[in-house]
Amino acid sequence: MLADILAVLPETALALMGMVVLILGLAKVRNHLAVAVLTLGSLLLAGVLLSHVGRAVDPGEHFMFGMFVLDRFAIYFKALLLACSFLTVLLSIDYLMRHDARPGEYLALVMLATVGMMTMASGVHLAAIYVGLELMALSTYVLAGYFRRQVKSHEAAAKYFVLGALSSGILLYGLSLLYGATGTLELQAIAGRLAQGPPSAAALAGIGLLACGFLFKVAAVPFHMWTPDVYEGAPTPITTFMSVGPKAAAFAIFLRVFDGGLAPVAESWRPLVWGAAALTMVWGNIAALTQDNVKRMLAYSSIAHAGYALVGLVAGGDAGVQSVLLYMLVYTVTNVGAFGLVILLESRGYAGQTVQDFAGLARKQPVAAFGMLLFLLSLGGIPPTAGFMGKLYVFAAAIRSGYVWLVVIAVLMSAVSLYYYLRIVLQMYLRDGEGVEPAPMVSAVWTERALWACAVAVLLIGLWPGPFAAAAAAGLGIMPLP
Amino acid sequence: MRLSGMLLSALVLTPGTVGLVLLLLTPRNAKSLHRWVGMLTSLATLGLALLAWSRFDISDPGFQFVEVRTWLPSLGISYRLGMDGIALVLVLLTALLQPVVMLSSWKQIDDKVKGYVASMLILETGMLGAFLATDLFLFYVFWELMLLPMYFIIGVWGGERRVYAAVKFVIFTLAGSLLMLVGILYLGSLHKASPAGVWSFAFEDIAKLTIPGGAGFWHNPQLLAFSVFALAFAIKVPVWPLHTWLPDAHVEAPTGGSIILAGVLLKLGTFGFLRYCRPLFPEAWQAATPLFVTLAVIAIIVGALVAYAQKDIKKLVAYSSVSHMGFVMLGLFGGTVTSTQGALLQMVNHGLSSGALFLLVGVIYDRRHTRLFEDFGGLAKVMPLYTAAFMITTLSSIGLPGLNGFVGELLIFLGSFKTQPVAVIIAATGVVLGAVYMLTVVQRVFWNPLVHEANRGLEDLTWREVTAFAPLGLAMIWIGVYPLPLLSLSEAAIRRLIGG
Repeated sequence: MLADILAVLPETALALMGMVVLILGLAKVRNHLAVAVLTLGSLLLAGVLLSHVGRAVDPGEHFMFGMFVLDRFAIYFKALLLACSFLTVLLSIDYLMRHDARPGEYLALVMLATVGMMTMASGVHLAAIYVGLELMALSTYVLAGYFRRQVKSHEAAAKYFVLGALSSGILLYGLSLLYGATGTLELQAIAGRLAQGPPSAAALAGIGLLACGFLFKVAAVPFHMWTPDVYEGAPTPITTFMSVGPKAAAFAIFLRVFDGGLAPVAESWRPLVWGAAALTMVWGNIAALTQDNVKRMLAYSSIAHAGYALVGLVAGGDAGVQSVLLYMLVYTVTNVGAFGLVILLESRGYAGQTVQDFAGLARKQPVAAFGMLLFLLSLGGIPPTAGFMGKLYVFAAAIRSGYVWLVVIAVLMSAVSLYYYLRIVLQMYLRDGEGVEPAPMVSAVWTERALWACAVAVLLIGLWPGPFAAAAAAGLGIMPLP
Repeated sequence: MRLSGMLLSALVLTPGTVGLVLLLLTPRNAKSLHRWVGMLTSLATLGLALLAWSRFDISDPGFQFVEVRTWLPSLGISYRLGMDGIALVLVLLTALLQPVVMLSSWKQIDDKVKGYVASMLILETGMLGAFLATDLFLFYVFWELMLLPMYFIIGVWGGERRVYAAVKFVIFTLAGSLLMLVGILYLGSLHKASPAGVWSFAFEDIAKLTIPGGAGFWHNPQLLAFSVFALAFAIKVPVWPLHTWLPDAHVEAPTGGSIILAGVLLKLGTFGFLRYCRPLFPEAWQAATPLFVTLAVIAIIVGALVAYAQKDIKKLVAYSSVSHMGFVMLGLFGGTVTSTQGALLQMVNHGLSSGALFLLVGVIYDRRHTRLFEDFGGLAKVMPLYTAAFMITTLSSIGLPGLNGFVGELLIFLGSFKTQPVAVIIAATGVVLGAVYMLTVVQRVFWNPLVHEANRGLEDLTWREVTAFAPLGLAMIWIGVYPLPLLSLSEAAIRRLIGG
């Protein structure tokens, strides 16, 4: 019992602190900085607790009636998810101040979403996974519509909610079919049942629906339609958050369920994921080509990146899982950087909406332009940035497993992606913008801090990926295999 | 001895490091600081290259001054540099051209000088690294490192259609190089699947592998792997019909960019064929020889004819590159020691002569802001020094005995005649065509009557332009008269490669 409480201590602490922040919001505390620092402190506290608890508990043990584990895999993802939320809060501080929005509910919702994501990373029981997922999703729906007086934000929330609820329904239906076929909700037991013989039709249907639900959550084609509208309409820091946090958490359960519980029937779902990966990379990149709105372009780009990560999932095995873990880290620091720069430019009075708004930026904002260049190169996978190393591990794992053609598609699509990433570079460095003078400088120190952290991480992983790859490798060998 | 342990790293990393420092730490407006730092760094790099030359043992066919550091042990990726005779020759060419580029841009580039100098220096690190890397993966990293600086050089400091040219350059290059990455990863995974059981991308490890062959194309791993490497290199050379990016890039690039593009970047393609395609995929190389010989001959003839049809001198020089690189490809796929030596020598020759031609075209463009033949005529009287320099370069380019071009072409033809007689006979007509179009330029620009008043007062070469041309001109004459030292540098390495 004590061990159970110990294992969920980071989540508990974060949830309690979330309540405190929520109450501060209800008490109409409008001191943005104080509330934000409290939130940052809570996230740090959760991180510290995680590192201590992680060392104290047995990674092989199941807690909370077999629902929850705290193995290396879970710890890796939780650390990553906490980092996502931390960066999101950093990006949000200046943004909330600038829009004079109430900080309490906003930050509390970010914290609750984080609790949900952390639960997903630890869940080894389909019910626990589902509960974590819903906690995350419901919080994010509200966050997407946080500026409820803006039509676009409103639209984003409504679309996200309707489609998200639909996908949750599909997921739930898949879970119930799987339960019917195997008689259990525990991943380890499911794996045991499935290993006994060829899967029944109900199990296959359940796996298919489950795959659809997960593909929706990672925004893979053909379940991606909600992404561009939601990303465009949501407050930009929340877009940033949605593009990394929930996506990483969704990959965590995708890996845990498919490469873990459903590993015995891998041959039945691998072709499905292969196809989704290929479609996602092709469509995500091609659709991004035609976008003029930067947020929509980055939305399609993040769809494409889910495709690359799916390649690692298809590759499977230790190398494949390791590559996905590393890719999520790389993708997080890069994507937060790219979106963060859009936020920074918005705060400096550049519209930052269309690609043309970036014209001549190299001259007007040399440091910001250089940062954007770095993040775009990383998204495009050009050495010596983190993005290149992430793709390298994914491709190497896939080639090792014999999926050469999928890698060929991936690299060709990377070449396509460079075209639209370079469109922004081209505007920044090759075109002279009109002499639009930026609006009076608004303080954006917190945004800048987050960006510096991302830039350093992108370069560090790009030049010296060994320790990060080792950290990802340490998150292996945890699948609840029979 | 201890010094030589770091020699190649110093050579490769010096320019790029200085470039980054310039970029990040110096004020934007210190133009002459940037110019001087660029010049001195280029000279220092040249000094290091000469130092490597002086210590190089020409009897040793393997890699010298080897450096190995682990980088990514779990994937077997290491930082490996090594210099054989082939790499040494091309490193010398690169290091020699770099100061020329800096001098040629001294006055011409007056906007965003910092970015220009930094791009050039980072580009040099990419080029030298690609020649000296002995780990396939490291080679790829340096190869990609060249992409962005060149994109900026064309796109920021180029001519009117610079953006189009820059994007086209990037898309062509990337499409090839990313597929090559798949090939490289495939070779690494073969090593993992071999008895060794670990990932490795070291050239020496990969060279020991036997890459399985098979029937047809799609079921023949060796041929497929060869194809992705060959595609990346063929785009760079460029082999006809993948050359269409080249005229755009050359015409739009600033003079310095054109010099480095023609002088060194194209050589990376042929270097890749020689260093990677031939030793790693011997059977595929044999199978592909007829194709590449045919394409080389087409490039020689078509390149020359199209060059003849141009009205713009710079475009003419650009198409002449397609033709001349065809000779190099013919020499490589001629397959004998002699033809390969000729090909390597011709890479240097083309680097010198096309570099010099772009330099000289830039000189009159700076004065007249036009490059069309019809705007010139009678320059011989107005600009005697310039005329002399242009004549030397032209004669070198068309292969007049006594100058460098002759030696290279002769070796290619002699060496390839045994294996590809028909191709050599057709290609030889390309030499005649080359003489026709180059001498037409000389005729129209220098000897025709001076009809345009604007040309009467043109200033002859300044001391800076003479200094920029001098090393190229001297090298052309030296190689033409006494090519033996240069040939003997690479002979051991080529003999080992060909096994002759």
